[in-house]
Amino acid sequence: MNKKTISNIASFITLVFFQIFICNQLNFLDNINPFIYVLFIILYPIGFKRSWFIFTAFTLGLIIDFFLDTGGAHAAASVSAAYFRPLFLKFSFGAAYEHQSIKINSSELTQKLAYFSCLLFFHHLLLFTLIFFDVGKLELIIYRTLVVGFSSLILALLLNTLFNKN
Amino acid sequence: MQRLVNFFLKNRALILFLVLLSISLSLTVNHNDYHKSKFFNSSSYITGSIHNFFSLIGDYFSLKKENNILLKENNRLKLLELNQTFDTTKSEKHDMYTLKPANVIKNSYSLSQNYLTLNIGKKDSIKEESGVITSNGIVGIIDKTSAKYSRVISILNTKIKINAKLKKTNHFGNIEWNGIDPNIVQLLDIQDLVKLNIGDTIVTSGFSSIFPENILVGTIKSFQLNETKDLYNINLKLFNDMTNLRHVHVVENRNIKEINKLNQTE
Repeated sequence: MNKKTISNIASFITLVFFQIFICNQLNFLDNINPFIYVLFIILYPIGFKRSWFIFTAFTLGLIIDFFLDTGGAHAAASVSAAYFRPLFLKFSFGAAYEHQSIKINSSELTQKLAYFSCLLFFHHLLLFTLIFFDVGKLELIIYRTLVVGFSSLILALLLNTLFNKN
Repeated sequence: MQRLVNFFLKNRALILFLVLLSISLSLTVNHNDYHKSKFFNSSSYITGSIHNFFSLIGDYFSLKKENNILLKENNRLKLLELNQTFDTTKSEKHDMYTLKPANVIKNSYSLSQNYLTLNIGKKDSIKEESGVITSNGIVGIIDKTSAKYSRVISILNTKIKINAKLKKTNHFGNIEWNGIDPNIVQLLDIQDLVKLNIGDTIVTSGFSSIFPENILVGTIKSFQLNETKDLYNINLKLFNDMTNLRHVHVVENRNIKEINKLNQTE
């Protein structure tokens, strides 16, 4: 176990606790609870084994499902976000990703913003579709995705800036 | 054979993704069919005890408010007792309903399918399909129990249906929730002949045998006719503040087995 793996495990546990005991109790403006645990999927080190990453994201989602009584919605959204992450990376960082040379933490703000919002909104859209599970509620699904996604985005960027070592 | 193995090795990320995705999707589908969601819910031992621990800390912050609520409730009961002439021949065994106090250790109202978790379970002889109320009105129905915890389908759950009636005229309909506002639920299937006023009280009908009759639900906030112009869609403002629940009562009907048996033979 090297240093990177240990810090990765630590961030996994911290984010789960942060999600369950702080974010889920927030109820900002009555019912907005940001899903900050997605930050783990966003910031997962790029060079690591892909299948292991997908499995970890699934476990993370399932743990959140346990606590929120949402069946498997979080797990499905997380595992898809993890699988399609290379697409979002390519879209936001372009050539730098092809050369395997990007560091998410030290990239430009616009690139970072594009990457964070792409992944978060993709995850949230899938999540709320599965939670409501009803085509007739499309308006509600989109509304919740935008509102909650925006709150997650702000919180994720704040936390990322706060704990950024650079 | 070699090719097949190579194919799997090459695409192992995709295959793993598809397997995990189908597992989680099947969990979601089963969850929506609520009688099947047995394994993954907040009344299981591990999640229950973690929620319980953190709820112990949270309890201190609302002590004053809870005390006031209890004081009011006590006052109301005292009044009832004073005004009632006692019938000493009636023993307790003939009471149809029993009440058990419980604490809410987890509550949600921001999803479309909300559940609460209570800190009592099978050990305290809590049964599934029991009603949950507070002094202000109904909260939900218990759907899963473990040894020490139980899960309640909140009235703020799009899957729940509860029978209710107008207190004044006894016309009855079904309560559902559209998933939008945690203070407002919908009462459907009331005939258009009924005269409604904003502010009218809605109570439970007592037909379902889960809730006793005349448990408070809410007041009429607005109403309109549905598309076919023969039934009302009514918005109710709940008496309970579903966003802030601590102490609740579990109602159990002693005769529920007998009633269910009767209904089955019909």
